[in-house]
Amino acid sequence: MEKRKNPDQVTRLLSGNEAMALGAYHAGVKVATAYPGTPSTEILENIARFQNVYAEWSTNEKVALEVAMGASYTGARALTGMKHVGLNVAADPLMSASITGVKGGFVIVSADDPGMHSSQNEQDSRHYARLAKIPCLEPYDSQSAYNFMIKAFEISEMFDTPVLFRSTTRISHSKSVVLIYSDALNGSTQPGFIRQPEKYVMLPVFARARHPVIEKRIDKIKEYALDCSFNEVIPGNTKTGVISSSIAFQYAREVFLDASFLRLGMTYPLSENLIRKFASGVEKLIVIEELDPFLEEMIRSMGVEVTGKAFIPVTGELAPGVVARLARDHGLEVRYEKEQGELHEVELPARPPSMCPGCPHRGIFFVLARLSKRRKMLTANEKNTTNEPGVIITGDIGCYTLGAYPPLSAMDTCACMGAGIGQALGMEKAGLEDSLIAVIGDSTFMHSGMTSLADAIYNQSKITIIILDNMTTGMTGHQGHPGTGVSASGRQATQVKIEDVVRSMGVNRVEVLDAFDMENLRRAIKSAIDCEELSVLIVRGDCAPVRPRSHASRVVLAESCTRCHNCLKLACSAIHDDDGRVIINSDFCAGDNCGVCEQVCPSGAINIKGRTV
Amino acid sequence: MGTLNIIMTGIGGQGIILASDVIAEAAMLQGLDVKKTDSIGMAQRGGSVISHLRLGNIVNSPLIAEGDADILLGMEKLEAARAVIFLKEGGVALVNNYAVSPSYSKDGIKKYPDDNAVSKIIGFRTEKIHFVEGLKAARSLGNMRAMNIYLLGALSNYLPLTSDAWLISLKSRLPEKHLNVNLKAFKQGQKEANCAGIG
Repeated sequence: MEKRKNPDQVTRLLSGNEAMALGAYHAGVKVATAYPGTPSTEILENIARFQNVYAEWSTNEKVALEVAMGASYTGARALTGMKHVGLNVAADPLMSASITGVKGGFVIVSADDPGMHSSQNEQDSRHYARLAKIPCLEPYDSQSAYNFMIKAFEISEMFDTPVLFRSTTRISHSKSVVLIYSDALNGSTQPGFIRQPEKYVMLPVFARARHPVIEKRIDKIKEYALDCSFNEVIPGNTKTGVISSSIAFQYAREVFLDASFLRLGMTYPLSENLIRKFASGVEKLIVIEELDPFLEEMIRSMGVEVTGKAFIPVTGELAPGVVARLARDHGLEVRYEKEQGELHEVELPARPPSMCPGCPHRGIFFVLARLSKRRKMLTANEKNTTNEPGVIITGDIGCYTLGAYPPLSAMDTCACMGAGIGQALGMEKAGLEDSLIAVIGDSTFMHSGMTSLADAIYNQSKITIIILDNMTTGMTGHQGHPGTGVSASGRQATQVKIEDVVRSMGVNRVEVLDAFDMENLRRAIKSAIDCEELSVLIVRGDCAPVRPRSHASRVVLAESCTRCHNCLKLACSAIHDDDGRVIINSDFCAGDNCGVCEQVCPSGAINIKGRTV
Repeated sequence: MGTLNIIMTGIGGQGIILASDVIAEAAMLQGLDVKKTDSIGMAQRGGSVISHLRLGNIVNSPLIAEGDADILLGMEKLEAARAVIFLKEGGVALVNNYAVSPSYSKDGIKKYPDDNAVSKIIGFRTEKIHFVEGLKAARSLGNMRAMNIYLLGALSNYLPLTSDAWLISLKSRLPEKHLNVNLKAFKQGQKEANCAGIG
């Protein structure tokens, strides 16, 4: 990238997400939208801290993209950010944004999650660029994330196109040194919308005329890709040429020490001339890319001989050692020649992810897990025998998905945001006789639960829906949503009350329950699954990490404990088993903020430290 | 200089990411190239956390290859044993004398390893194992949250960073109201480790 000359240049240690946010700010972004999703969340969190930028948490990614699209139509520079699966939610307006084009620069960030650190799939979002016929930019460290973001707005306006800015977990969540240009653009251009139905109203008659326009557009971007600053040749030996992008470039750079490199910052569209020129200068051409053979297949379709996925897997996250080992096994010359010493196989106890101590979701999942109809069903499943109707629990994405893990084992499906309600409805309509319970979080309910709830009401469903309301978007680090009444910049906003929404949609059986009152939870669940009516239970309690810390801790009174281990079945990381003796770790116990273990102990052996019995 | 690779590990809530940010910032202030990346998975609190940190003249990958870490700082003993796969032959292992049992796992039969078992596992890669009394120090400082910075002090004996760079970095990364106790923890960690022949 060319560097702007400025005597006030400073260096800062930034994550990829922080660098993208700063780049957008320095490019004069005026409207930024997002729905939180790991690993993309911090982009909007950081933009929200800047002055003179409108930043919002949108109800979901589709809305986020539409809000940014509207802003772009007025000439304002706009950004929307999401995780890869969020782009699926936003795919409909994405395709339309491509066909209408933009006015102000419009950047869509999709942060992929190779290795599925915190996701339900590891799709390669670059395919969306080809599908939508828009350019795809891929930074390879925080500096390029900053530089590319500034440039992304320019090419968006230059070619009248949205730009897909594709990050990954390792780009978004790695920190590296960034040289900052302090001459930020001022995003104070006066917004204006000029009516152009042939551009902005995609009736068939206008859309037909737009299609050839976007085909010509992508051809022009292809020409631009030949010598644009996003792509760079790094000369090396003529024996091996490596084409790479994103974080995979960094791994390849360490593994193939003396090779020639073509680092692609724009991975769609590719310039055939650029690829051919590079390929002709080397004996063997390799592509190192994470996930799908996106570049490799395009290059091969040019008739250029290339290898890559013959030894680099399409699954999982890459790492320098992985690339080195597989390349060497494939007969290529690499670094890390020496085998590392063998480790003796020692089995260590696992530390599976679990809900935080004091989590408001733990109690309700324990109640669900202990329902006798469900326990009988699971025993029958294990023995492969038929049973009386049981209890099926459909779910979706959030911290509460951890309820699927043993010992709770109280979730039976998890597909995507909001899917549980529709799935439960489908099971009911298929004729399943089991009681059906759909669980969904508060933020998720706003994201994609309201439409499926309307479907259930409209179609006479009798399922039970449990809204797990921790009054925040917990898993991604406590962002606001319409139900919280707090905006992205921390200001007070209008609160959309979940119980009001549910009632006004037409649900008669609505109960709001305290997440830490076990007896009442048990009663409410039993009565909901026994009744022949659609029920919505809102189980409300503060997310543990945002509550002020309680200095009290619970303890197990050894003389009263019968070692029934009921409390261990809560999967609380503050409670563990030390050779049959149960110990509560006072450094972790949520104390006065919880009390669920005390309520599930049948022998009264758990109490607050120092409290008189 | 060549690249110095550091793995820091422990459990969510211990301040591992903050500690590695402090090192990275100090390295940058000294004009070194630095890259770091953290893996936190799905857990907010109590899950395994691992941070990769690399500093040198030019750093490419933020991830450290297995068997390529010069130093392993384990803020929790079980996690230290788990991360030894990253340590190179003869590397340095600093292990905080602090154990947190996992609450429940399907393989609950597996025992939490005692100190001998931890030493044995790490011993497959290196003899340079040092146990550090981070828990004791944090308790005596009256602030459990200063444990990470105490350990950082111990680790600092191995790093080519000036005390000025450390100070500026600590000041910029730590909340002001906890700065004093943390500066104290850092110096104490540095000194006590030094006296114990660590570094």
